[in-house]
Amino acid sequence: MISDVREAKQREIKEALKQLDSLTKMTGLPIYPEPKTGNPLWSDVRELDLRYQIPVKRIYKFFEKMTEGKVMATKCPKCGQVFFPPQDDCPSCRISNLDWVEIQGEGEVITYTVISVKPPSFSHYSDYVVGIASFKGTSVTAWIDGPKDKLRVGAKVRLEVERREEEGYITYKLVLV
Amino acid sequence: MTNVAIIGTGHSRFGSRTDVNLQELAWEAVKQALEEANVEQKDIKYFSVGNVGTWSAEPLPAVVIGEYCNLVPSGTMRVEAACASGSAALRDAYMAVKSGEVDIAMAVGVEQMHQSPNPTVVEMIGRAGNYFWEFENFGLTFPGYYALYATAYMNKYGMREEDLGKIAIKAHHYGSLNPYAHFQKEITMEEYLKSRQVAWPLKLLDSSPITDGSAAVVLASEEVAMKYTDSPVWIEAQGVGSGTANLSRRTDFTSIDAARVAADQAYKRANIDRDSPSKMIDVADVHDCFTIAEVIAYEDLKFAKRGEGVILAREDQTYVGGKIPVNVDGGLKAKGHPIGATGVSMAVSLTRQLLYRAPNKAMQAEIRNGRALAHNVGGTGHYAYVTLFSTRRPGL
Repeated sequence: MISDVREAKQREIKEALKQLDSLTKMTGLPIYPEPKTGNPLWSDVRELDLRYQIPVKRIYKFFEKMTEGKVMATKCPKCGQVFFPPQDDCPSCRISNLDWVEIQGEGEVITYTVISVKPPSFSHYSDYVVGIASFKGTSVTAWIDGPKDKLRVGAKVRLEVERREEEGYITYKLVLV
Repeated sequence: MTNVAIIGTGHSRFGSRTDVNLQELAWEAVKQALEEANVEQKDIKYFSVGNVGTWSAEPLPAVVIGEYCNLVPSGTMRVEAACASGSAALRDAYMAVKSGEVDIAMAVGVEQMHQSPNPTVVEMIGRAGNYFWEFENFGLTFPGYYALYATAYMNKYGMREEDLGKIAIKAHHYGSLNPYAHFQKEITMEEYLKSRQVAWPLKLLDSSPITDGSAAVVLASEEVAMKYTDSPVWIEAQGVGSGTANLSRRTDFTSIDAARVAADQAYKRANIDRDSPSKMIDVADVHDCFTIAEVIAYEDLKFAKRGEGVILAREDQTYVGGKIPVNVDGGLKAKGHPIGATGVSMAVSLTRQLLYRAPNKAMQAEIRNGRALAHNVGGTGHYAYVTLFSTRRPGL
């Protein structure tokens, strides 16, 4: 669960700050020796919690439709180009308010990898497969789920919407057929 | 437009450099470059700083470095092109001289990644694809992006694990000879094959390390270069390209479009035979952030046909004495990849190669054409810079 990751992170920060505070109290300086080299390092005493707010108004329909179990792309009514990730502007035709189309049917795995060394914010997951699959020329990057013996370049996949338990939010994945 | 020459080079030791801070690290390279060029700070009329940052504390590094190195009040800016930031900084300073605006400029590349713990760095680099559609939901890592290339390449061309191992072994061999390199020890195929998976099919020993380091070059116009040196190395041509941020918006995962675009421009500008460019180039530094990237670079640069880059590796054709020596300074893989410094480091390595000044005899390529090539890719193919360096003045 992401809550476990967050709590563990907070505990880690708390512990580090406790050590830092007691060091500063003892020596008058937030400086500690790097374990490997002994090089003195100044430990930053200022916090910065980075959590961005990303505007999604122009593609809000994507998220709305996802709650109905559909993965949508946009399509330019003039030139017919399909955009995934969805965007509401066609830079070629310079028009906005594009059409929405569902990505349906079977796609084909173009390439994939298994992530073993994970970013800390994904540390609550076991190794996961990320792949790119093509749905009639429209490519989608997502996790690939399903029986591992079927996993190969060229394997058939379907798009599925799921509520990811760990974070509790709705997203999409590729499922081996 | 004037010709532009490199008249001085500087390079710090690469590695975990917690013995200095960012500006002190930059000064190591800047000082060396100033001394080599025999110029004073007041002669440098413009300087650019390649630095990606975020893992290091200074958010405005160009001015912090300018102040420390006494380069103010000359104009400057921090230049960002992801892992190609160093080449972008070189381009910025090169353009300032080439346009005739200034006579002498400096390009500095510096990165101090060890100001943050490794897990934080893994988190930050993973975000350097397309943030929302690749990282936020699917936790891609940087090895992961290049693993997507490796899987596609293996599937299409039958490349084996051992082929990538040969690239890693070569990098470590030259790293062991380079006093500036992060990794200074040889590895065996057995060690390579046993090294742990990072992002299948890529292993730890396929990957460049998290590194601190700096590099700098002094550039001068043709009019003043000869006043400072008898052995200028000219920037003969440069090509630049860009790609999509989203990997899924690309069609081919066995080649990097941006790099092909950049190579094509550079070759055209320098009248290089695009059928067999390696015959006209003595030595190259290519962007081997991961071993697979070096194989793809061979092909994007037309050192090998599509699908045959792996043969160059199998036959050891990119060692000194081979068809085209590549990354004989250890490359990103063993010399290290301090993101913003890498492009400038390539320029330094290659300038010294062309002047027969490789830091170790066993790393010195034979210079017949007087020409070297740097290939620097940013992101997962977001940016690409291909630069040609020559001992012969362009236009002669």
